[in-house]
Amino acid sequence: MSATTAGAPRTADDPLDAAELTRIRADFPILAQKVNGHPLAYLDSTATSQKPDCVLDAVREYYETHNAGVHRGAHTLANEATEDHEGARDRIARFIGAAGRDLVFTRNATEALNLVAYGVSNASAGRGGDAAARYRIGPDDEIVTTELEHHANLVPWQELAARTGATLRIVPVTDEGLLDLDAAAAVIGERTRIVALAHVSNVLGVVNPVRAVADLAHAVGALVVVDGCQSVPHFPVDVTELGADFLAFSGHKMLGPTGIGGLWGRTELLDALPPFLTGGSMIETVTLEGATWAPPPQRFEAGTMPTAEAVGLAAACDYLDAVGMPAVAAHERGLTARVLDGLADIEGVRVLGPADAAERIGAVSFAVAGVHPHDVGQYLDDAGIAVRVGHHCAQPIHRRFGVHASTRVSTYLYNTAEEVDRFLDRLASVRAFFGADRTTR
Amino acid sequence: MTMTTNDAGSEALRQLYQTLILDHARDPHGYGLPDDEPAGGAGEARETAAHPWCESHQVNPTCGDEIRLRATVADGEDGPVLADVRWAGSGCSISQASASVMCDLVVGHTLDEVGAVARAFRAMMHSRGQDEGDEDVLEDAVAFSGVSRYPARVKCAMLGWTALADALYQSRPEALRATDLDTIRQEEHR
Repeated sequence: MSATTAGAPRTADDPLDAAELTRIRADFPILAQKVNGHPLAYLDSTATSQKPDCVLDAVREYYETHNAGVHRGAHTLANEATEDHEGARDRIARFIGAAGRDLVFTRNATEALNLVAYGVSNASAGRGGDAAARYRIGPDDEIVTTELEHHANLVPWQELAARTGATLRIVPVTDEGLLDLDAAAAVIGERTRIVALAHVSNVLGVVNPVRAVADLAHAVGALVVVDGCQSVPHFPVDVTELGADFLAFSGHKMLGPTGIGGLWGRTELLDALPPFLTGGSMIETVTLEGATWAPPPQRFEAGTMPTAEAVGLAAACDYLDAVGMPAVAAHERGLTARVLDGLADIEGVRVLGPADAAERIGAVSFAVAGVHPHDVGQYLDDAGIAVRVGHHCAQPIHRRFGVHASTRVSTYLYNTAEEVDRFLDRLASVRAFFGADRTTR
Repeated sequence: MTMTTNDAGSEALRQLYQTLILDHARDPHGYGLPDDEPAGGAGEARETAAHPWCESHQVNPTCGDEIRLRATVADGEDGPVLADVRWAGSGCSISQASASVMCDLVVGHTLDEVGAVARAFRAMMHSRGQDEGDEDVLEDAVAFSGVSRYPARVKCAMLGWTALADALYQSRPEALRATDLDTIRQEEHR
C-alpha cells in the first residue's frame, strides 16, 4: 500500500475501534498523567510522539543484557550488540520497504539531510574520486526546494548553495497550501541538480505530490531528496514506489526514542557519496597521511552509534506494524476531519492549508483572530491540552500566509475523539477570554 | 460538539492574564512608529540630527514575538533623561502589555531611575512566583507577577525591556555600561 500518488491512502481499513484504542493508550504510560488538574490531552505528536512500553522496554533490555561495543569486538556480548544493531537496521529499513544496507543511522532527519548536503559539498570540493563526480555542483547549477519546508530541509540547501556558488530556487504553494506543480515544472530545468522537498508539510499538513515532482526532477537528471518526517510515522511509505533518491526521517516522531533517525538512499547513490562526519568506525585503512572509507552504510556512521536507540526504533516499527499503518492513517484521518469540521464552526479561526482531510495528515495549523498563538497555547494548556505554538521551524510558510506564528494541533494513533472535542470546546472560548472581539488595534 | 460551561481558566491563568494586562494588550500605550521616519536597518540606528532616537529590534523566535522600539534620550540637569519611547510589533498579549506598561513607567525619568525600575521588574520575572513586586517601584507592572510562574513567558514580558535597554545602550553606552540595564541588554537578549 503506497501513498505516493494522490496523497494519504484511501483505504477500506476500519479505524481503530474503542476497545483497541483503549488498549493502545494503555501502552503509553505518559498519557495517564494530569496537567493542571486535567487529564493530559497530548495533541502535539507532530513535534514529538509518545513512546509505548515495548520501546522503553527494548532500550532498557539492550542495556541490561547485550550492551557492548558494536563492530568492535570478538567477544560474546559484542557479537550480540552487533546483531542487535544490524538487526535493528534491517527491521527499520523493512518498515520503509528498503534493504538494511541502504539505511544509514543518523541522530535525526536534520542530520540526515545535512549528510546529503555535506556529501555533495565534499564532492564539489574534489573529495570522493571519480564516482563522486555526479555530485559536483557549482555556480552554473541550481538547487530547488519549496516554500513550505521545515528549516531542516531549507537551511542546509541555502548553505550548500553558498558554499558551492549554486543558485537556490524555490517552488511556491498555492493559496490553498498545495504545491504549485506548474511552478515546479517551470523552476526545475536543465540546471537543476537537486530537488529537495517535504513529503508532508509539518505546518499545512498537506501531502505533497512527490512522484510528480520526482518525474520532473529525473527528466533533467536531478536528485530528489525527500523529508519524510511527517509521512513515515503517519501512513505507509515504500521507497521502491516513492520516487525519491534519498529519504530522511526521525525516530522520535514515530514512537521511537530521541537521538535516532535514518537516511535511506539508493544503493548506487550511497556508494558514490563522500562521507560527512569522519573518524572511527567509518574507515577501512588509516595511516598518518590519509584514510580509506568503509562501504555504505558504515561509511556514514562515524563514531559510536546510538544502538540502544536503534533497538528502540526497531521496536517502534514492530508496534506500528502490529497496529497496521493503514489503520493508523485511517484513524488519524477520522480525527483530522473532526478537527477541521470543528474549527470551521468556531468564529475567528482560520486554518492554514487544505480544509479537506483526505489531502493531509493530522497536523492542523490555524490562526485565531485577535489572539496570539502563544496565548492560545497557554489557554489550552491551562485545561491540560498540549498543542504547539510558534512558527514550527517553518518561518517562510508562515510569512506566505501572512502570519508570524500559528497554533498547531496534531493527532496520532493514540488520540481520541473525546480529546479532539475537549480541544474544540476549550478553543471556542479563547477569543472571549482575551476580549478579542473588542480589539481596537 | 458538546458545549460545556467554561470556567474561563484556572486561578493561575487568571492571575497571569489580569484585566490590566488584557486591556493594555488590546490598546497598548506608546504604540506606533511614524511612517515617515526611516526604518532602523539591522536593528540599531544611531542618533542623528534627522532622527534623535536609537532603535532596537528584538525577536523571540520561539513564539514569534517581535518588537521595534525607539528611545529618545535628552540631556537633563540630573543626567540623561528618557524623553520618549515609541514602539511597534506583534506578539502575545504578555509581550504587548508589558511594553505598554513599561512606557507608562519610564518616559520622563532619568536613566538611573529607568534602571532601578528595570532591575525590580527583572527580579520579579525571575523569582518563580516568590516576588510579587513592590508597587511603589513597579506601579501597574506588579500585574505581571503571575508571569514568573510560567518560565516560558518570562521572555515575553522582558521583550520590551530588552529592546529598551538595547536602544538606550546605543544612545548612551557610557552611562549604561555595567548597570542593570546593561545586564538586561546582554542576558535577556539570548
